[in-house]
Amino acid sequence: MRAKKEAVVGGYVNVEIAGRACRVYYETAGAGQPLLCLHTAGSDSRQYRGLMNDEAITSRFQVICFDMPYHGKSSPPAGWETHEYKLTSDLYVETITAFMDAMEIHRPITLGCSIGGRVVLHLALRCPERFKALIGLQSGAHVNPYYELDWLHRPDVHGGEVCAGIVSGLIGPHADNQDRWETLWHYMQGGPGIFKGDLHFYKGEGDLRGMVQKIDVSKCPLYLLTGEYDYSCTPEDSEDLARLIPGSQLQIMPCIGHFPMSEAPAAFISHLLPVLQRIESPEIQP
Amino acid sequence: MNPTHPNDPSGDWLAYRGRYVNVTFLLKKGEAEYLVTIHEGRVVRVQPGPHVMPRWTFALVAGDDTWQRFWAPTPQPRFHDLMAMVKFKTLKVEGDQAIFMSNLLYFKELVRQLGSQIHAR
Repeated sequence: MRAKKEAVVGGYVNVEIAGRACRVYYETAGAGQPLLCLHTAGSDSRQYRGLMNDEAITSRFQVICFDMPYHGKSSPPAGWETHEYKLTSDLYVETITAFMDAMEIHRPITLGCSIGGRVVLHLALRCPERFKALIGLQSGAHVNPYYELDWLHRPDVHGGEVCAGIVSGLIGPHADNQDRWETLWHYMQGGPGIFKGDLHFYKGEGDLRGMVQKIDVSKCPLYLLTGEYDYSCTPEDSEDLARLIPGSQLQIMPCIGHFPMSEAPAAFISHLLPVLQRIESPEIQP
Repeated sequence: MNPTHPNDPSGDWLAYRGRYVNVTFLLKKGEAEYLVTIHEGRVVRVQPGPHVMPRWTFALVAGDDTWQRFWAPTPQPRFHDLMAMVKFKTLKVEGDQAIFMSNLLYFKELVRQLGSQIHAR
């Protein structure tokens, strides 16, 4: 069999985030309008492997993904061993904008899933002018905890096993087995307490109830795509969000769960392409 | 038992995954109660009630209708996963959850397979 090399290129950039030096890993593929992709809690940029290898995307867009500090191949900042990792809205927004500055990424279309789907709402409120458009996957204003989060980080329970166990049902039942288990593998590889630390933002501090009404899509268009099998951010949660943000556009993706780009890359891309086409069409240029 | 893995129709892979699991748990389906005993990852007994002074470590408690939906060939959203049912409060996990949470992937698959034994009753 002939080896198939992917046209994905990786690298490291050193960025100061919240006063701490961070070594951040990123990958890019394709050329054109920048499309910045944000991974879910406790995972990393490998979730976007399908997007980075899709000709219909990479022929028109430069896909850029990065692992947040503590995730994937990005190191935790010095001194991590003396802190509990807790993601906050400020830290998350600063991480994204600091990475964009360091990489000189100008007005990307930014797509985020789960915690990434939440943070695009924060970006829409705080600095919409920096983005050409925002796309929230599995995006809602808030998620209530529905299990005891302490199970995710304790030395007597294997973190990788329990994190994968927690999220396994969030994948739609029709997902291809290889994509299902690759998605879970990323969770199994997460550092101790990192998924839990991300959920501090997702299920607590990053709550945007009462705030999302202030999002002005005339400053930056907002698209929402939600998988029907997601029980963390349900289709109803995204429908509530869409109702509260006039001009936002929501589509429910049948048969898909919480990790569209990773559990069902081809189906997800078929939902994403029309959105990208709409964003790129001249009549909505500001 | 149903196949647990496409390459392993014998179900040994699931038993391997649960090889440190030794426990008796209660599965409550409406009014019906089943005591499920596992030894080194294998189900050695499914004992239907009524029980006199049953002993169990944890219990999975849901209505008849909820378990029927969970064990459907293609379950609907919200009934396709034990944690989904916990979120929507159609399933309660009672007792000492440590072994259940430590082996969550194992128990999710095991309980799905128990359907063929319990659902048919």
